Amino acid sequence: MIGNFSVGLSTYLLVGAMLFCIGLYGVFAKRNIIAVLMSIELMLNAVNINFIAFNRFIWNEKIGVNYLLTGHVAALFVIVVAAAEVAVGLALIITIYRNRQSTDVDDLNWLKW
Amino acid sequence: MTALPTVSSMSMLLPFTLLAPLAAMLLIVFLPKEETKTIKIVAAMGMLVSLVLSLYAFLNYQWEPGGMQYTLTIPWIPDLGVNLALGVDGLSLPMLLLTNLIGFASIYASWNIDKRVKEFFVLLLILIAGVMGTFIARDLFIFFLFYEIVVIPIYIMVIIWGSTKRVTKEYAAMKLTIYLLIGSAFLLVGMVALYLAAGANGNPTFMFDQLSARQDLYSPAFQKVAFALMIVGFGSLISMFPFHSWSPDGYAGAPTAVSMIHAGVLKKIGGYGLIRLGIYVLPVGASFWAPYIATLAVISVLYAAFIALAQKDLKYVVGYSSVSHMGYVIIAVAALNPTAATGAVGMMFAHGVMAALFFSMIGFIYEKTHTRNIADLGGLAHQMPRLAIGFMIAGMASLGLPGTVNFITEFTIFMGVINVLPVHAILGIAGIIFTAVYILRTIANVLFGPRRAEWDHLTDIRGPELVPLVIFGFVIFFAGIFPNVLLGMIDSGVTSSGLAKVLETVSQAKIGGLF
Amino acid sequence: MFKEMHDLFQWAWLIPFLPFLSFLIIAFVTKRSKRLSSTISILAILSSLSLAVAIGLGVIQSGEKIVEHPAIVNVNWLNIVGLQIDFGTIVDPLSAMMLFVVTLVASMVQIYSLGYMHGDEGFSRYYAYQSLFASSMLGMVLATNLLQLFIFWELVGLCSYLLIGFWFFKVSAREAAKKAFITTRVGDFGLLLGMLFLYVKFGTLDFVALSAAMNTNIQDVAVIGTAGYVTVMAFLVFMGPVGKSGQFPLHVWLPDAMEGPTPVSALIHAATMVVAGVYLVARMFFLFDHADPMALQFIAGLGAFTAIFAASIAIAQDDIKRILAYSTLSQLGYMMFALGVGSLTASMFHLMTHAFFKALMFLGAGSVIYAMHHKQDIWEMGGLWKKMPITGTTFFIGVLAISGVPPFAGFWSKDEILAHALHNGHPIIYGVGLFTAFLTAFYMSRLFFVVFMGPEKKENHPHESPWSMTIPLMILAFFSVFGGFVALPEHNFAFFIHYGTFHHEPIAWGLAGISVVAGLLGIGLAYATYIKKAISAEKVAAQYSGIYKLLKNKYYVDELYLWLIHHIMDGLAKILYWFDIYIVDGVVNGLALITRGSGRVLRRTNTGQLQTYAMVFFFAVVIIFMVFAFGEGQLSALNPLATLGGVK
Repeated sequence: MIGNFSVGLSTYLLVGAMLFCIGLYGVFAKRNIIAVLMSIELMLNAVNINFIAFNRFIWNEKIGVNYLLTGHVAALFVIVVAAAEVAVGLALIITIYRNRQSTDVDDLNWLKW
Repeated sequence: MTALPTVSSMSMLLPFTLLAPLAAMLLIVFLPKEETKTIKIVAAMGMLVSLVLSLYAFLNYQWEPGGMQYTLTIPWIPDLGVNLALGVDGLSLPMLLLTNLIGFASIYASWNIDKRVKEFFVLLLILIAGVMGTFIARDLFIFFLFYEIVVIPIYIMVIIWGSTKRVTKEYAAMKLTIYLLIGSAFLLVGMVALYLAAGANGNPTFMFDQLSARQDLYSPAFQKVAFALMIVGFGSLISMFPFHSWSPDGYAGAPTAVSMIHAGVLKKIGGYGLIRLGIYVLPVGASFWAPYIATLAVISVLYAAFIALAQKDLKYVVGYSSVSHMGYVIIAVAALNPTAATGAVGMMFAHGVMAALFFSMIGFIYEKTHTRNIADLGGLAHQMPRLAIGFMIAGMASLGLPGTVNFITEFTIFMGVINVLPVHAILGIAGIIFTAVYILRTIANVLFGPRRAEWDHLTDIRGPELVPLVIFGFVIFFAGIFPNVLLGMIDSGVTSSGLAKVLETVSQAKIGGLF
Repeated sequence: MFKEMHDLFQWAWLIPFLPFLSFLIIAFVTKRSKRLSSTISILAILSSLSLAVAIGLGVIQSGEKIVEHPAIVNVNWLNIVGLQIDFGTIVDPLSAMMLFVVTLVASMVQIYSLGYMHGDEGFSRYYAYQSLFASSMLGMVLATNLLQLFIFWELVGLCSYLLIGFWFFKVSAREAAKKAFITTRVGDFGLLLGMLFLYVKFGTLDFVALSAAMNTNIQDVAVIGTAGYVTVMAFLVFMGPVGKSGQFPLHVWLPDAMEGPTPVSALIHAATMVVAGVYLVARMFFLFDHADPMALQFIAGLGAFTAIFAASIAIAQDDIKRILAYSTLSQLGYMMFALGVGSLTASMFHLMTHAFFKALMFLGAGSVIYAMHHKQDIWEMGGLWKKMPITGTTFFIGVLAISGVPPFAGFWSKDEILAHALHNGHPIIYGVGLFTAFLTAFYMSRLFFVVFMGPEKKENHPHESPWSMTIPLMILAFFSVFGGFVALPEHNFAFFIHYGTFHHEPIAWGLAGISVVAGLLGIGLAYATYIKKAISAEKVAAQYSGIYKLLKNKYYVDELYLWLIHHIMDGLAKILYWFDIYIVDGVVNGLALITRGSGRVLRRTNTGQLQTYAMVFFFAVVIIFMVFAFGEGQLSALNPLATLGGVK
């Protein structure tokens, strides 16, 4: 029996952090640019989890309201922006692929000195 | 802070003076680029309006009570305390007039240009307006703004219309621009520091007179550091040794009009800034650095005069000579007394007129003979007597012949300097001998000597080409024979702007003389 | 009476102004018409001459009053903090005498030039320069203060430059003009300094005020060694005259100045401009008087040295104008040492008589050169006496005058100088002066005998010059004969022009006799050598070939200066230019190279790899976060403005 096990803020943050790290790893390590894009989505979602969790667990005593929707709004914002970003990103990737027949990030290094 | 613009009957004079070349510039932008004649006439008209207005301002200026006149103040960025404040006093009015004289003449000196005429005159007019703006600004921010405006057209003009001799024009343009930008970076730091220090009482300002009035907010240590920044900034602008090396290369690479404006007025922003911002706002810092500056200035005078002796290119001779002459201005600034300050501003005016005449004449020589190499020239007085006269006048003014305005301003400087920095003064005066040597050598080798058949096809300067000679010749002699017109005005500026009072507090002058 | 005269004296400014007007008219209006230009110029200078005569007569009539109280008119010229300068005119016997001499010689030279410069391409330009010169010279004479004098002093220098280089197509003329300007500039450097120090010390440059200030303020505190400030100033001011009046070692420009047209040499380089230095010392005599006695001794010594130095060179020269030029140097030395031994009177007297007879001889030489079609070597001439009687006679008068033969003008003035040298206790200088008188008589007679008496040369077809040239010769000859008689009446030259209190001194006939003997000896020796051929000049030259060569080459002073200029000055210039290009510019370009080099290295960090960028970005965010989270308090140290001090 685990006793006073309760799902607190830190649990959510831990999940968020793990998700973020997985995303980060993906961004650093994945070769395929689509995978990188997906990893970025993971990181964004990690942030979203944090937003929601903070919104739930931090209340403002003075106002006496603990259920403002600020975090949700931010999360929704992120989702919308992420959708837009994916749209642009995929469009770029397709163009790059048409040009280079490749979606490998290592090949996309011609933007340097 | 004054919330409302102060409107007097004359307050629009300076804006109109400033806007006339810009209006001409806009007009030129909408002209077809084939209409080169029209473009030149429009540019000349614009500058003529400016010249007449500034001449009117000069003649109509009231020596009593002096101070800033034709003022116009419009709050611009109130939160930062930036005002669009214009106005002139006895220090800036001669410089304004000088700018317009040279600006007007430079249009005529570039009358024969045929490459990208439209762009040339657009840039030239922006350049002139920018220089003018620095002299009529009463606000440090505006001053700096106009100063930065100036740099860009110069770069483009040197690159496109310049000439490649010892160094390529690209190198010259790059050197010129980077030097001036580095100098202005130092100035920017100094300016921001000054602004923060002056704004410590919760009332931020950029106005020169208010900055100066807040002496008690600047600690001596701060003044020393800030003045050092100014010295690097303005010193490189006025080509003080060892920050001078842009000047000869830059002039040699630049087209005539740019050389004229650059040597004639742009360089003077350095001296003007040192007086207006350096010793007026930071007198304690100035008095700390004065001996060092004076030493560098004397080195400038002699060093550049000697180097001018070894030059083979006409523009390099005049380029180094202007470094040498600016040394006198810096010595005068370092002497920190009203007489020397009057002499310094007077000398800037005198040298501006002289250098512009010199460069315009060299420009014509180069245009006609396609060489500036002294050894290739000779006996030009046979074919081009009028040009020879202009060259002679410029040369004589340069070596400080009495009767030219250059003599009396140099004399005023020496008078102001000699009982404060006698050794510097004596060494500086020795410079006049070497000046005479290189100027007379140049004159002799370019103008005199046997007639050379290869130059027989040359035509003398005529028509519009005569404008620089007439204007500058007249100014050099008129102000030389009636020096009160110029020096009296500057003197009233030094006295009424409060500069004299500031100098009194730090003056090194030992009343009672040297001995 | 005096009041009326004062009204006249107020118009003295017209004397320089009229030639100036003429200059402007010629330069801007009439330069295309040669006849009109020369007429205007001559009319202007003749008007000035008549005004000068009127003022001169006025001064003589005013008598003692004008000696004590010169008529001065001043107008403010420059008025700023720390510098007040007036422009004005001073009329006293000294300036009146100079006005007369300058306008007279200038008029004669301008009339003479009608013939001499006839047909020259730059005829109008010549007259414009002449007018400008007359104007500047007269302005200088009338100056009431040192700065005004200096301004006109430099302007006469400019005119001298322009006129020496009048034939600018000749390389020699061009170089001579340059040399003249630069050499006198060296002297002007000292004069300018002296002027500045005087102003700093006394707060004025006005001659009268300065003189008064010196009389009340005479504590001569030592500043350099044992020399007091007045002495230092005296030496500095004296540098100007050394340059202008061709004293050793700045004498080198004057012989070269003979490259100009001969009338110019007569006017500028013999009669007027070169005596400007003497005039300046005379005007500022109070300064030298208040200085340590060594200042005047120095002037006397230098003057005497220049006198004998130049005279010895003149013996060995062959060019007719150069002989005259060295003679001028020598006579200028005479005037200088006259001042040095304390006799303002004698110096000014000699200045006047010298102006007459030297102008006469130069114009005579010009007449000869004109007749010989611009040959100047005396050995190519000969027997001109018969062909050119007027020139010959007037020239002979000049020779007698300079040799000090009574009753010609030079006798009176030279005698007065030598008498003063002996009386004021300078026996050595007296001896040098006497020997110089002998040399002078010798080389002038040599010139005369060779040119006018010697055997005729067949290839020459000389003829007498036109009237425009001979009439000025005759007028100047008149003054060379009778100019010295102003020493005779009771209210004589010394009564009007003197320093300190006036004592009537009778002429020392005994001393005069000695100097006359010296002069006659010189003439006799020349006669024996060049007419009788009793002494062979060639043999003497061969026997003392070392000395002869030294004299012929003017003691190699020019060579020394050229070496200094070409090796020391130009060498230094080249070294500094090298320094500028490779060191100063090297640093600048080096900084640029460092910037570029570091860019070249640092750009390698931009790999173009997206994932590398992302990694750097991420870790940078982490580091910044850490700093903000744990480094609080130390952050303010990063604010650069805080270190500027004073910012609260």
